[in-house]
Amino acid sequence: MEKKDIIQSFKDSLFTGFIALALFGPIVGLRTASKGEGLFITPQWGVVFLLVGLCILGRFLINLNSARTTEFTIFSKLASKFSAITEDKAKHFAITAILFAVVFPFLPFTDRYFMDVAIMILTYIMLGWGLNIVVGLAGLLDLGYVAFYAVGAYSYALIATTFGWSFWICLPLAGLFAAFFGILLGFPVLRLRGDYLAIVTLGFGEIIRIILINWYEVTNGPDGITGIPRPSFFGLPFKRSPDEGETSFHLFFNLEYSTMHRIIFLYYLILVLALITNYFTLKIRKLPVGRAWEALREDEIACKSLGVNPTNTKLTAFAIGAMFGGFAGSFFATRQAFISPESFTFIESAIIVAIVVLGGMGSQTGVVLASIFLIGITEMFRDLEQYRMIAFGGAMVLIMVFKPKGILANRKPTILMHGDKK
Amino acid sequence: MEYFIQQLVNGITLGSIYGLIAIGYTMVYGIIGMINFAHGDIFMIGAFVALISFIIFGLTGVALPIILLLVLLIAMLFTACYGWTVEKLAYKPLRGSFRLAPLISALGMSIVLQNYVQVAQGARVKPMQPLISGGLEFFKNSEFIVTVSYLQIFIVILTIILMGIFTYLITKTDLGRAQRACEQDRTMTALLGINVDRTISITFIIGSSLASVAGMMFVLYYGVIDFYIGFLAGIKAFTAAVLGGIGSLPGAMLGGLLIGLIETMWSGYVSIEYKDVAAFSVLIIVLIFFPTGFLGKPDIEKV
Repeated sequence: MEKKDIIQSFKDSLFTGFIALALFGPIVGLRTASKGEGLFITPQWGVVFLLVGLCILGRFLINLNSARTTEFTIFSKLASKFSAITEDKAKHFAITAILFAVVFPFLPFTDRYFMDVAIMILTYIMLGWGLNIVVGLAGLLDLGYVAFYAVGAYSYALIATTFGWSFWICLPLAGLFAAFFGILLGFPVLRLRGDYLAIVTLGFGEIIRIILINWYEVTNGPDGITGIPRPSFFGLPFKRSPDEGETSFHLFFNLEYSTMHRIIFLYYLILVLALITNYFTLKIRKLPVGRAWEALREDEIACKSLGVNPTNTKLTAFAIGAMFGGFAGSFFATRQAFISPESFTFIESAIIVAIVVLGGMGSQTGVVLASIFLIGITEMFRDLEQYRMIAFGGAMVLIMVFKPKGILANRKPTILMHGDKK
Repeated sequence: MEYFIQQLVNGITLGSIYGLIAIGYTMVYGIIGMINFAHGDIFMIGAFVALISFIIFGLTGVALPIILLLVLLIAMLFTACYGWTVEKLAYKPLRGSFRLAPLISALGMSIVLQNYVQVAQGARVKPMQPLISGGLEFFKNSEFIVTVSYLQIFIVILTIILMGIFTYLITKTDLGRAQRACEQDRTMTALLGINVDRTISITFIIGSSLASVAGMMFVLYYGVIDFYIGFLAGIKAFTAAVLGGIGSLPGAMLGGLLIGLIETMWSGYVSIEYKDVAAFSVLIIVLIFFPTGFLGKPDIEKV
C-alpha cells in the first residue's frame, strides 16, 4: 500500500471518529438521571472515548486491509457453501434434527432449564414456520403476526376458562378464530403493495393489543387471564393428587410423581405441533395453491394475466399462516397458564419476522437455525437483555446488507419450466 | 362550542408536531421509495438531545429565547448526524436490492436505536419542568374557558417558519431542484452531473433535523419522554404522510394536521383509551380507499 493511501485512510478514520463523537457524545456521554426533583446529568466521557476509539480503529483497520471486500467474499463463500451442503443433505439433516429433538428430554444433561428453553425455541420455530407461509412463500411482509398469536392465546384461554372444554377441543377452535381474524384483516388490505401492507399489518397488531388492554369485561385488561387449565394426557391430568373419580398420569402408568412429566409432555406437544406445521407447508408447496403463492411472490402482474386471483390466493396464505399462529398461541396459553397483553407486543412480531428473514425466506431449515441462534444463544445472555436487543437489531441490518436473502436463501421456485437450468 | 375550539387548538398543535415528522417520511419515500422505519426513533433521539441540552442550559441561567434557539440548533445538528449515519450504514448498501430488504434493515435499525437509547439513558421516563408557562384565555364569561398557551403559539409559529424556509429550499434553490430531479429519475439525474448520493444524504439530514425540532416540541409540550416515544409518534406521522399523499410535501403537513385533529377530537369526544386505535384505523381506511392520499400522485405499476 502506498503512503498516500495510508494518509487518506487515516484521515477517513479521523472523520469517522468525529462523527462517532457527535453520535455518542450527547446520548451516551451525558446520562440523565432523576435525583429528587428534576433531572441531573452524570457525564460518562470514558465510555464515549472508548466507543469513539473503537470506531476510529475499526474504520482504520477496514481501510488498511480493504478487508471489506475480501472478508465479505470469504463470508459469502462460506455461507453459500454452507447452504449448498444443507441443501444437498437436507433430508439427512432433517432426520438427524428430528431424532435429536425426540430423544432430547432423556439426554443425561437435560434439566428443567434446558427443557424450558427448548420449549421456547420450538414455539418460535413453529411461529417462524407459520409466518414463513406468509412471508417466505407468498412474499407478503406481515409485521403484525403476533396479533394472530394473541387471538389464538386469548380465544383458547377464554373458551377453556368459560366452558371448561379440554385442550384438544379448544386448540382447533383457537386456530379457527385466528384464521378468521386473518381473513378479516386480509380481505381489505391484501390489495396493498408490499411495504404498505407491512405497515397496515403492524397497525392491526397494535389495534388488537390496545383492545386487549382496554376491553376489561372480556379480557380483564392489563391484568390478563389467570388459571388457564393445563393440558391433560388424553384425559389424564398431571396432578400429584387427582380429584375424586380421576386418575392422574403418574398413577395410571405407575410412575413416581414428578413435575417433569408435564414439561416433557408439553415439549412433545409443541414438537408435534411444529412438525405438523412443517409437514403441512412442505406438502402445500406442491399443491396448486402453494405454486400460486410462489408465483405471486415472484411476479404478481404475470400471475394476474395467467388467471390467478391474487386476492384469494393471498388470503389463503394469510389465513393459514394465522391459523398456525393461533395454534402456537393456544399452546403458549396452556403452558403459561397465564396470559396478558404484555406478551404480545410489536417486538414479538419483529422477532418472528427476524427469524424468518435471517433464516432465509422460504427456507424451513433456516427458520430452525435462526430460532436456535436467536433464542437459544441469546437466552444465555439473559442478564444483558438490552444489549441483546441491540445485537439483534444489528444482526438484522448486517444480514440485509451482506446477505439480503438470508443465511439459507431458498427462493428458488419449487418447479421450473424445462427442468432446472443450472 | 368552546370545548370544540379548545380541542381544535390542541389538535393543531399536535398536528404541527406530526407534520414535521411526516415530512421526513415523505421526502425519503419520494426520493428512494422506501419507508424509513427508523425515522420515529430519529425523532426520539432528537427529543433526548433537546432534553439534555435544556438541562445543561437551564443551569447557566441564560435568557429563555436564547436557550430555545441554541437548543433548537444543537438538536438539529446532532440528530442530523444520526440520520446521516443511519442512511450510510443501513440503507445505502441496499439500493437496488429487493423491495423488502430496506424495510427490514430499517426495522433492525429502529430496534437498535431504541435499545441503544435505553441502555445509554436508562429505561425510566424523563420528566422536565415546563419552561414556557402561561397563555391567553378566551371566552372568559362562558362556562368553559378556552386557553391558548404561549407554548402552543410558539410551536405553531415555529412550524410555520420552518415550513417557509423548507418550501423555499425545495422550490427555489439548486439543492431543491436536484432533489426533485432525483425523485423523478435517479439515473438521468446522475448523468446530468448531479451527485445523487450526496442529494440523498442531504434529504436524510433535512428530514432528521425537522424530526428533531418535532422532538424538541414534544419535550416542551408533554414534559415527559422515554426511549419508546418514537414508535407511536413514528406510526402516526407515517399515517399523516400517507393521508396527505406520500411523496407530497404540503400533503405531509396537511396530513399531520388532520391526524392531530382526529386524535384530539377522538380523545375529546369518544374515548381516550382508544385514541391510538383511531390513528391506526385511519391509516388502514386511508390505505384501502385512497392509497394515493389527498395530494399524492397516482402510482402507476410498471412491468
